[in-house]
Amino acid sequence: MNRTPILAVSGIDKTFTMHLQGGQRLAVLSDLAFEVFPGECVVLGGPSGAGKSTILKLVHGNYAADRGRILLGSGVDVATADPRAVLAARRDTMGYVSQFLRCVPRVPALQVVAEPLVERGVPHDEARERAAAVLTRLSIPQRLWALPPATFSGGEQQRVNIARGFLPDLPLLLLDEPTASLDSRNRDAVIALIHEKRSRGVGMLGIFHDPAVRDAVADRIVDVEAFAPRAGAAA
Amino acid sequence: MTPLLQVRGAGHRYGLRHGCRDVDLDLWPGEVLAVVGESGSGKSTLLGTLSQRLGPSEGSIRYRMADGRVIDLGEESEAAVRRLWRSEWGFVHQDPADGLRMHVSAGGNVGEPLMANGWRHYGRIREAAAGWLERVEIPADRIDDHPTTFSGGMRQRLQIARNLVVSPRLVFMDEPTSGLDVSVQARLLDLIRGLVFDLGLAVVVVTHDLAVARLVSHRTLVMKDGRVVESGLTDRVLDDPHAAYTQLLVSSVLQG
Amino acid sequence: MSARQAVYNIGYLDEQTKRMIRRALLKAVAIPGFQVPFASREVPMPRGWGTGGVQVTAAVIGEDDVLKVIDQGADDTTNAVSIRSFFASVARVATTTRTDEATIIQTRHRIPETPLSEGQVLVYQVPIPEPLRFLEPRETETRRLHALEEYGLMFVKLYEDIARFGHIAKTYDYPVLVGGRYLMSPSPIPSFDNPKMHRNPALQLFGAGREKRIYAVPPFTSVESLGFEDFPFEPQRFDEPCALCGSTGGYLDEVITDDAGGSMFVCSDTDHCERTATRSGTESATGTEAIA
Repeated sequence: MNRTPILAVSGIDKTFTMHLQGGQRLAVLSDLAFEVFPGECVVLGGPSGAGKSTILKLVHGNYAADRGRILLGSGVDVATADPRAVLAARRDTMGYVSQFLRCVPRVPALQVVAEPLVERGVPHDEARERAAAVLTRLSIPQRLWALPPATFSGGEQQRVNIARGFLPDLPLLLLDEPTASLDSRNRDAVIALIHEKRSRGVGMLGIFHDPAVRDAVADRIVDVEAFAPRAGAAA
Repeated sequence: MTPLLQVRGAGHRYGLRHGCRDVDLDLWPGEVLAVVGESGSGKSTLLGTLSQRLGPSEGSIRYRMADGRVIDLGEESEAAVRRLWRSEWGFVHQDPADGLRMHVSAGGNVGEPLMANGWRHYGRIREAAAGWLERVEIPADRIDDHPTTFSGGMRQRLQIARNLVVSPRLVFMDEPTSGLDVSVQARLLDLIRGLVFDLGLAVVVVTHDLAVARLVSHRTLVMKDGRVVESGLTDRVLDDPHAAYTQLLVSSVLQG
Repeated sequence: MSARQAVYNIGYLDEQTKRMIRRALLKAVAIPGFQVPFASREVPMPRGWGTGGVQVTAAVIGEDDVLKVIDQGADDTTNAVSIRSFFASVARVATTTRTDEATIIQTRHRIPETPLSEGQVLVYQVPIPEPLRFLEPRETETRRLHALEEYGLMFVKLYEDIARFGHIAKTYDYPVLVGGRYLMSPSPIPSFDNPKMHRNPALQLFGAGREKRIYAVPPFTSVESLGFEDFPFEPQRFDEPCALCGSTGGYLDEVITDDAGGSMFVCSDTDHCERTATRSGTESATGTEAIA
């Protein structure tokens, strides 16, 4: 295994200050540190509310860290990088499969899935072909491809989301409960996708509540509770 | 490489009162910057200041022209600024009637910027106009109709075509979707997103609608009382708002 | 008690007013096609009846001048006759209907068919001096467009014509570019006359009394009628000869001759028509009177 981490997190603190609740401060993470290496799937463990999703959002740049480093393999520190560098990292280094699909309402599913490829310079035809292949694999019937995902069921939307997230070839993939609302057949398809990514050397950081899925994909589990702030420390 | 637009300490005063002040920002090619805030927050004033539509302003606004020269807009002559309006910039108004000639045909509306730039061949002007009408999904057989006969969504798409026909590098948009039905908004946002990407445009879009900022912009500037209270990556500003006012804005969005 | 006779200054206007107008004229000649504002005065006729032309004529006329006045090409219409007699009495000038004898020709809506020569002055009566007015109603904006030479808008008008009619349908007051710089309204002359303005040896002065603007085209100045590369300017043409004098190549008016829809086409330039008829002996010069 390549010993240069694709993601190295160290010394991260995260506190939310809620101005609408009288400036109440909510400390979520303290001195967070872990690494993800190419070709491994690291799963964040711990009970609900421990800050697992927060970690993914910190790495992706949706949340700002109070302090610390979030170093990508490319050398970019997401914790301090300017927005342009974070956008470039999202384009070239890391993908994100969120819990919910977020896209322009009218766009057809096939285009939603192909878009990340087109944005990275893949020709339209090739992007559409590859999008079609992954949609087929995730059992999205062809008759739905031309329709906007907003009209789909929750499970279908989630699979479109997975297809969109898995399609580009990026060295790091962040997975936020990608299998939450899937039936067993599609769950297995997603597990297979994760295994393929891993065998191609992609590093993954994910949240999986379903123990069966977690056991099937996890190389390592990082216990997020270990980074809980000590009571009163951030108050 | 310098940014397309480099703004330092920019502001504009209406008499003694500031419409906006102390604004710093950089805008790069291909980047969409959303300016959000409630009415009266100064976001439209900022747009007017950046686009030089308002009179003399405070601070410096530097623009990198197509030929690579970096100019300070405040020091340029009116003629030079208007040349930029004609050839390198676009401005999409909230109300299409402000940006279109309502009693000139659709083709004439799209062709005018070309004629203003010295195009003198009717056939080629018409061909370019027809091409742009198609791109903004206006049927070819409406080319000789006046915008007065168009729906709100069509008018707004026509205004966008009129702005993009000269291949601008920087486009200012003032609430481009807010006068439209929700269903039409989605279609227009999709169109804007596609064109911005295909043409590598830099865009400053003013909106009070956080969903619009989320869908089309890379970065967001939150304004209140004429000042920028928060700025950053759009996801970050909306998912992890730091300023009290941004938290209020985000929490005020109706969950659909 | 003897009747008191009113005494007017030469040319009706007082000397200070004439100087003010002459200063505007000098500026207009210096910047061909540029509209110079001036303090338009009252003259004894209603605004819209040629008060701008009358003031310009009054400012340049002297007792040695020979004045011709035409309205739609005719020397004998009410307006032409009264302006001519006005100056005959207030400037004590000689008048004529002959284009070649006149030193000053005041005109509404035509340029004479007889070529003008150096030393002659053609004074146009102008109703709306701003060619962009119907496209851009704001005066502040049209001034800016002229200052910055932004004339795309004028082409929009021509574009609209071609889109709607298949050709540029404007047949009078056809916009021109003067000296390669200023967009100008030639006043409502037919586009037939536009080519005559180009590099004309005579001095062309334009007065808009109601709109308070003066502009000019100095002798031998380029006057280009706008057009597209693929739809160039085309002046009107007449295939048939004048029904009175038989001449061709002149601008013709349609004259209704009876209640059954009968009509004939005759020269609009009465001086040209009469003299052609006299020369060829085909028709008596009084023929036009019979029609009128």
